[in-house]
Amino acid sequence: MSIKIGDLPFKESVEEEVKDTFMRNAIANAQDSLRSKKLSATEDDTQFGDWEAWREAGAEIRRHTLNNLDYYLHMLSEKVQERGGHVYFAETREEASDYIKQVVQQKEATKVVKTKSMVTEEIELNKTLEGIGCDVLETDLGEYILQIDEDRPSHFVAPSLHRNKEQIRDMYTEKIGYTGTEDPSELTSYTREVLREKFVEAEVGITGCNFAVANSGSVALVTNEGNANMATTMPDTQIVVMGMERIVPDWEDLDVLVSLLCRSAVGQNLSTYVTVIAPDTEEGTVDVPKDFHLVILDGGRSNALGTEFQEALHCIRCAACVNVCPVYRQIGGHAYGTIYQGPIGAVLTPILEGYEEYGDLPYASSLCAACTEACPVKIPLHDLLVRHRERIVSGEGDFSQAEKAAMKGYGSVVATPSLYELAMKSAKVGATPFRKKGKISTGVGPLKEWTDIRDFPTPDGLDFRKWFKKHKAGEHHE
Amino acid sequence: MNKGTIQHRTKFLEKIAGKMHRKPRDMANPIERPKRLFTPEKDVLAHIAGVDLLPVFYRECEKILTDVVETTAASLDNVLRNLVKAHGNGEVVISKDARFTAFGLKDFSEEDFVYRWDPAKGEENVIVTERAQTGIMFSDITLAESATMVMFNDKDKGRAIGLLPETFIGIIPLSTLVPRMTQAAEEINRRIEAGETIASCVNFVSGPSNSADIEYNLVVGVHGPVKVSYIIVTDR
Repeated sequence: MSIKIGDLPFKESVEEEVKDTFMRNAIANAQDSLRSKKLSATEDDTQFGDWEAWREAGAEIRRHTLNNLDYYLHMLSEKVQERGGHVYFAETREEASDYIKQVVQQKEATKVVKTKSMVTEEIELNKTLEGIGCDVLETDLGEYILQIDEDRPSHFVAPSLHRNKEQIRDMYTEKIGYTGTEDPSELTSYTREVLREKFVEAEVGITGCNFAVANSGSVALVTNEGNANMATTMPDTQIVVMGMERIVPDWEDLDVLVSLLCRSAVGQNLSTYVTVIAPDTEEGTVDVPKDFHLVILDGGRSNALGTEFQEALHCIRCAACVNVCPVYRQIGGHAYGTIYQGPIGAVLTPILEGYEEYGDLPYASSLCAACTEACPVKIPLHDLLVRHRERIVSGEGDFSQAEKAAMKGYGSVVATPSLYELAMKSAKVGATPFRKKGKISTGVGPLKEWTDIRDFPTPDGLDFRKWFKKHKAGEHHE
Repeated sequence: MNKGTIQHRTKFLEKIAGKMHRKPRDMANPIERPKRLFTPEKDVLAHIAGVDLLPVFYRECEKILTDVVETTAASLDNVLRNLVKAHGNGEVVISKDARFTAFGLKDFSEEDFVYRWDPAKGEENVIVTERAQTGIMFSDITLAESATMVMFNDKDKGRAIGLLPETFIGIIPLSTLVPRMTQAAEEINRRIEAGETIASCVNFVSGPSNSADIEYNLVVGVHGPVKVSYIIVTDR
């Protein structure tokens, strides 16, 4: 069981993906749009107050929660059990998947509806349930589009970003009997009709979990479409699957993190539906699941606990880092070869899966730090990417000797101010043969992959320290 | 109520504690949580209440494509009937909520085209709601910052009412209006600390269902209502 997407090694996958012009344009547009919406709803929203204070609050809550993760998971499970729900702690993906399979089999259910969930992708739940004869239906519009064409998500928040409306129209026509146009409203309206019928028939609803709330034994689901509400209203059995770190102590913490999530992901003050559900305790309720299961997955997350990578588990899956990443912009989501894309994917995937398969991912970064600045809970993403590289180079992974030497050399240079100064001056001269209109277009060594796709700015002999000094003195204007 | 179960917890939590190089922590020994250094949520729209929050609420309604009408309890029946007409007439489902009578909507509730949610009628509630044109519910808490209705769905206030009909009308007493989610969260935490059982579904709903999954075009009405209107009752 793996979180892998595609069969190509990372570099070959990148070469394939960059040829897809539609995908690259679509991603550039989406990044620009999502980034500008985020800015309007965060730094530029004066009513919302000091965005940096919000980020600090988010980081504080995540730090406290992860430092006491066992305590809050204990509390959550107690509260869910008190309300009559069933909690299953799964150390591995297989355990999680097997448990869900058992529940579905015990119910003799064959009709399953699902909401968008990265963690159910992680445990390859659809494949498992289809293997026992279930009809498993994705109900998020983007995920549904991908499912009927057997494709995988390319973005956490907008999974079908890489598809255009004409492709969707043609695929609907071929596979689900659609006869309309490529108008998104018409396509959506048709999807509503098809899925409504499936919701009414469904026996089991499966959701992910944006945040579990420990003090009430609840699970918060954030959507704009309302599909999570449907999946937790119509079927008789509800199964929630959560990564073990997706928890907050109480509702006041939920407020802060949901606010950070909605504003950072899509620039909304609050998403259309924030639905906080728990096992039902009343007699005679009509439209609620009678049976509630919560599956809490480790799945390799504990590799990060107690290490310098623990902060990677602070992630709230808003994709703000993805939306500012210059590498993601060029190569798209699928090239990462994992369900977790972008900077957080490059940090998280090697933690979950190791360096042998995903040792290339920490290098899918220009280390520009835009991701770190964008993160609403202040995960030092680019620092963690550097730490991954250091670990790989120091022999904890499979890595080339040349890179090791280069990294070692770089390490000693940046650690010595006089050598660093000399290197910055000589970089300007050393880059001369490759320079064209102020950019390097045909890099060598580690720059090659980058410059195959885009230009790299030449070292201009003005290092950050000098630039900052001049900037402060008002000499440097851009 | 079902009897709940917990499986494989001890080993799982011991592993987490082991990674942290300490013994497992659990509810038998409550931890002392340090006071948060940063609480920006408490400053947003602080010291604004009641009618003064309405401009914020209306501005946000516009953004989330939700019509809003302001009225008083005396005119509510008339305003609601007009709005039901504007939503396409047809069958209407209302929750079993004493406020319908308390707000002068007894006659409206007893109209032939109105179905009142009743848990005693079982599955019929869902069947009627699924075919109804409009669902109507009262807001329990209303968030100005995001134009959100918070509904504590229970056996009398079915989840399906705000979800299955093609359109939805929310009745919002002004007294339920608070600055943002912060005040709702504080209230829910207070109830939990007082030992109250929280509704199995606390539903924060802001406008019509929507998606931008196809080429980033915003489309309303994916799974939930296509059209949403709010009525603010200013004297209640």
